[in-house]
Amino acid sequence: MVSLSINGMLVKVPQGTTILDAAKKLNFRIPTLCQHDDLCVAGNCRVCVVEQLGGRSLLAACATPVSSGMQILTNSLKVRAARKHVIELLLSEHNADCTKCYKNGNCELQDLSNEFSVGDHLLLDLTETKEYTIDRFSPSIIKDDSKCIRCQRCVRTCEQLQGVNALTVAYKGEHQKISTFEELSMAEVICTNCGQCINRCPTGALVERTYLDEVWDAILDPEKHVVVQTAPAVRVGLGEELGFEPGERVTGKMVAALKRLGFDSVLDTDFSADLTIMEEGTELLTRLKRALVDKDPSVALPMTTSCSPGWIKFIEHTFPEYLPNVSTCKSPQQMFGALAKTYFAQVRKLDPKNIVSVSIMPCTAKKYEANRPEMRSSGYKDVDYVLTTRELAKMIKQAGVEFRKLKEDKYDSIMGKSTGAGVIFGATGGVMEAALRTAYEIITGREVPFEGLNITPVRGMEGVRLASIKIEECKEEWSFLNGVELKCAVAHGLVNARELMNRVKSGDLIVHFIEVMACPGGCLGGGGQPIPTNEKIRKKRTEAIYAEDMSMELRKSHENPEVIGIYKEFLGEPLSHKSHELLHTHYTERVRY
Amino acid sequence: MKDKHVKRVDLIFEKIECRDVLEKIIDMEPDAICQEILESDLKGRGGAGFPTGMKWRFGSQEESSIKYIVCNADEGEPGTFKDREILDQVPGKVFCGMAIAARAVGAKAGYVYLRGEYKFLIPKLNEELAKFHRTMDEFNQNFRIQVRLGSGAYICGEESALFESIEGKRGEPRNKPPYPTTSGLFGKPTIINNVETLVYTVMIMKYGASHFKELGTKDSRGSKVFSVSGDTPKAGIFELELGMSVNEFVEEFGDGDTKAVQVGGASGFCVPRKRFEETIIGFEGVPTGGSMKLFNSTRSMYNVLHNYLDFFTEESCGQCTPCRVGCQQLLKGVEAVKRGDKNSKYLDELVKLAKTMKRASKCGLGQSVGNAFGSIVENFKEEIIY
Repeated sequence: MVSLSINGMLVKVPQGTTILDAAKKLNFRIPTLCQHDDLCVAGNCRVCVVEQLGGRSLLAACATPVSSGMQILTNSLKVRAARKHVIELLLSEHNADCTKCYKNGNCELQDLSNEFSVGDHLLLDLTETKEYTIDRFSPSIIKDDSKCIRCQRCVRTCEQLQGVNALTVAYKGEHQKISTFEELSMAEVICTNCGQCINRCPTGALVERTYLDEVWDAILDPEKHVVVQTAPAVRVGLGEELGFEPGERVTGKMVAALKRLGFDSVLDTDFSADLTIMEEGTELLTRLKRALVDKDPSVALPMTTSCSPGWIKFIEHTFPEYLPNVSTCKSPQQMFGALAKTYFAQVRKLDPKNIVSVSIMPCTAKKYEANRPEMRSSGYKDVDYVLTTRELAKMIKQAGVEFRKLKEDKYDSIMGKSTGAGVIFGATGGVMEAALRTAYEIITGREVPFEGLNITPVRGMEGVRLASIKIEECKEEWSFLNGVELKCAVAHGLVNARELMNRVKSGDLIVHFIEVMACPGGCLGGGGQPIPTNEKIRKKRTEAIYAEDMSMELRKSHENPEVIGIYKEFLGEPLSHKSHELLHTHYTERVRY
Repeated sequence: MKDKHVKRVDLIFEKIECRDVLEKIIDMEPDAICQEILESDLKGRGGAGFPTGMKWRFGSQEESSIKYIVCNADEGEPGTFKDREILDQVPGKVFCGMAIAARAVGAKAGYVYLRGEYKFLIPKLNEELAKFHRTMDEFNQNFRIQVRLGSGAYICGEESALFESIEGKRGEPRNKPPYPTTSGLFGKPTIINNVETLVYTVMIMKYGASHFKELGTKDSRGSKVFSVSGDTPKAGIFELELGMSVNEFVEEFGDGDTKAVQVGGASGFCVPRKRFEETIIGFEGVPTGGSMKLFNSTRSMYNVLHNYLDFFTEESCGQCTPCRVGCQQLLKGVEAVKRGDKNSKYLDELVKLAKTMKRASKCGLGQSVGNAFGSIVENFKEEIIY
């Protein structure tokens, strides 16, 4: 332990603790900008500078480990002067037209300049003579360099959490900026559209491309029947934007709010998550049969999940040789979209051309996914507009809906019914768990041998997790699986996905089924979720997801009555011709520079 | 009483037989080498002046099977060109100095990080390096050196940015601590010394610390190679005993009309005529990595300052706020004052800003912008305003 004093108060902390964390222990908050709990230390914004008595220069509290006998001042004259200067300097380079900014009200720089009352800028406005680029080419992400404060959080996110390196630092001195490979647009570089950069940007330099106006136009058009689907992770995140604590579930209030906003049918992506399990589970068993019984050498194993569009774009760029291994199932969003303009239209006697299909997602990559040319199997664009959790919160605020006071409501039917298995799609390991609950039962006729159906080995926050389940006493048609140990791997965060795939590629790891979610924590940590995010918040949302699962009447996808119904009335059976037409897709090898 | 004249010295460029020194140090205990360098009071000749012996001792105390010796040959300070000459004239002595450091701390690999513009030296260096490696083989020593080329960024002369550059990354300074002796190149304990410093260690091992200490003052032992430029009839490279005043220097090198000397390049201090007498060139006065620029009365100090600020605005790595934006504000600020868009009081605001840059910047670059700015504005205010 190291003893030091901060503002005259003594504190003991373990060796290696930063001054920032030591101060936190004494309830002194030191302002930061480039620091983020999920990322390595940068120490480049210099907002957190503190004074060490007897020291020549100030120290960056986030980057400096404590040493014994240190006497730190966090609010001395020198510190105040420097901090104010740093904020003024940042503002002098920043397009500070806050009222017109998408992040107005949720901007760390705005908060700081407010705290330090930086009113009349003494320094010169440097933005007048600079040229900035605003990149609007990506369907998911808008990158506005005029708002960028070069904290490099996005660069570190893209490198350390995602291993994608779409964003990088270019040039030096006054020309230094956050750029891309050869300064191509975000739409052209290897970017998975995951939006993790957006989630960590302290200002409005990286934001989602919003489709709020388009959705309002559709809602307010009497000709249109606007169908909305909500992803599992939205219900455990939305509250944070509307005054609730992280981890508070707001499913019923969200449904009520969506109805008040004027959506004609409020439906659930969890329904199509259950459907995904039926299709994907069957696909896995079929692949296993072809490999084990038919000894077909062309069958691609391990099979990987395909729900995460960030993961799909990543594998298309990075491991194209493994594209045959990716499940051909569309993501739940896109299955839902294809069915909304076919099955749903047919049952509800609607002309699909008058249906506008909107999805609320914790994700920015879903915006890209909905725009993929192959996502038009209904004959129309299957999902017209994708909004993030944050955008939905904005709609609720715009419409003046008092969210807190809303009575809980229920999803409409059809395509509104779901099980706990569909809900846990929102957490890393959830698709794996849901698939195992169903597949094991199909094979053996018995429930998975885990207490309360909770397959805990696939849960958690480890970057890569391995689990296996021994299959015994199979039903007759599955007897070829008797004694097989089904091996599974789960990864979240693309840096972990890359590690996992490299292990598979090297032959070091042999598994049958792989779940990958592009974002840390799975969808609940998605790029479209409320800001801020960190591991603590993601854990709260995870707890909420599993609590929601436990609260459900049904917890296995194959027991979802609407899923049973759609196979009976419309699709026939999993992997049927119709299923293939509407619910399955293919992938494209993409450039790898 | 010290002789009141500029005294020329010939240590750095003295042609010696390096293998004799190598043979001597190979039989020495590492700690004895550190001790000898410590006793010499040699301070780093790159400008910062950290005691070399202390640096080596820290490095020798680190427990690591891999350690590195890095020679900082990224000579980029405006107005300094002495390392180029040293590398050209006596490259063998530079490698010899690295071998001494390697012996002192227990390193097996060394790098010379060569300024990109000095690419023309590479054939010569490689030739000399082959000879050096043959000598090491003869002595059964496995220390090996590689030459790495920079790409023209001033910031890569900053030691931790230099490591990043060798590692193949963008040259940006790291947070300190940890310091290089604990975690330097590739995260391993690293001794990084300037070209000139390394050559002095050779001469100290050859002639002994006491011989070296006979030169210079208490705070600035020994001699130093100066790059003299500007308004002088004697531009060039001179090895001089430390401890002279700026006045003595100007008497030797000035053109009779010297109004200011910029000691230490863009990141150094501007000494005006009225302070020539009292200012010692050395660690007790104004330290320098070698750059000595003389300005006579035909020069506009506004232009001098503008030039330096322009340089820093371009050469800041851009990573930290005070340096990236501060440099632009100082540059645009003096322009605005000159134009009359801002009144002279604005200079006081800029001086305060320069102080913040000194205190709050991440590395030596941002921390030293205020040196030239403060000393020029303070002494030549009227030239900035009018």
